[in-house]
Amino acid sequence: MKRQIPLALCFLFGIVMIITQFSPHPVSKSVFERIISGGLIIGPFALVLATITLIQTHINRIQRRTEHWEYSLVVFAGLITMVVIGVPFGPENPVFVWLYANVQVPMDATMFSVLAFFIASAAYRAFRARSMEATLLLVTALIVMLGNVPVGDLMWNKIMSWTGLSFFGIENQASAAREWILDNPNSSARRGILLGVSLGVISQSIRIILGIERSYLGGGD
Amino acid sequence: MFTRLVNLDRRYIFILVALAVIIPMLFSVNLPVSVSEPTLNLFNYIENLPEESTIMLAFDYGPSSLAELNPMARAVLIQCFRKGVNVIALTLYADGTTLASTLIKEVAAEENAVDGEDYVFLGFRPGDIQVILGMGTEIAGVFETDFSGNPLSEITMMKDIVNYDQIDLLVDLASSATPDAWIIYANEQYNLKIGAGVTGVMISEMFPYLQTGQLVGLMSGILGAAEYENLVGVPEKGMQWINVESFVHLLIVLLVIIGNIAYFVHRGREET
Repeated sequence: MKRQIPLALCFLFGIVMIITQFSPHPVSKSVFERIISGGLIIGPFALVLATITLIQTHINRIQRRTEHWEYSLVVFAGLITMVVIGVPFGPENPVFVWLYANVQVPMDATMFSVLAFFIASAAYRAFRARSMEATLLLVTALIVMLGNVPVGDLMWNKIMSWTGLSFFGIENQASAAREWILDNPNSSARRGILLGVSLGVISQSIRIILGIERSYLGGGD
Repeated sequence: MFTRLVNLDRRYIFILVALAVIIPMLFSVNLPVSVSEPTLNLFNYIENLPEESTIMLAFDYGPSSLAELNPMARAVLIQCFRKGVNVIALTLYADGTTLASTLIKEVAAEENAVDGEDYVFLGFRPGDIQVILGMGTEIAGVFETDFSGNPLSEITMMKDIVNYDQIDLLVDLASSATPDAWIIYANEQYNLKIGAGVTGVMISEMFPYLQTGQLVGLMSGILGAAEYENLVGVPEKGMQWINVESFVHLLIVLLVIIGNIAYFVHRGREET
């Protein structure tokens, strides 16, 4: 029964939602709206579940004294502080806003900023013209990088004026080349990926609705 | 020397990147920014909306992407407030609430926009897809109150707004796949017009939607922010940071070229 009920519910709601997409009948519309309202109610439970899982994971780490377990204490300090201030006084409370602006924002922004350093280092090591394909990737990446910043067009325009070719009126070609790459080879490849993913999603959804794919129930099958 | 260059300690690269960021900030370099077509399309779409139109502005990002997306949000808000276009702001990111609330209040104060008359901030609700679909039926069914707790039925600006039928455009400022969700569920199901502003790493994913017309326009990373600031006539952080980014990109291009020269010379010597 532990498995049959979720499988039956999944089948029922899956089929009903498919039908609602093809029927403009008021009953179908009303069913669709009710199911979406239900989904909105279920949504917050996912947050509760995530918080419980986070707490369990970090209690476990502290109890077992796993590597860097001390950081789990920081997780609890952060969680408790924000909840103690945020829940009773609301998210517009000045202390809550101050903590957000002066603790969370700088930390998050710093983590993301560090990427620039690693990307520069990785690009230096990885972008080597070892083969035809690698050369193609390298040249494309350099064009897009230059086209993505104003200095690319500036360099292009300067070179054109120095070489006397500017009278052709071919200005800002670095950004034009970037847009061409994004518009043509990139969009073609992305569209292929999107179609493939969409077909995969449809087939996987059918498998889940029909109960063939059951891994979402957990515990293996 | 070339062997040393091939195996260059990455700490030297880190120092160079740090210098490429710090030096342009100190000397306030101003490079000319041309405007790309996707950014211009979004700007023109909002510019051509009649006064008292309503747009939705989704702050679907957290503090990690603030540097790229906050300047876009700021420029769009300024354009709307100056044009008399009403703004309904919301977020599908729990992290985005305080960020969005602070920015909107800041811009509203500068532009003399009034909460409840010129803009409303709805806040956050969990469940991306359900929230998007739910608002297609009734916005008040998903957000009973605004972020400050005022019932939507009591807010002047919201009195004639029921669902997407009364919304002229949604601009999704995103650092993850939320534009796909808005396009699939709000554009395809409810015919809501969508524009987007995304982080640099997401640009390539958005271009197919531009070609199909599912996106009316797109701001691409910090470049998009700088272009939009230029169009609105408020050159601020976007313009400042695109200049910094120019130097970092230039440095990376130079590093890649030097790395390749060193690699080929080193390989040539090894073969002989």
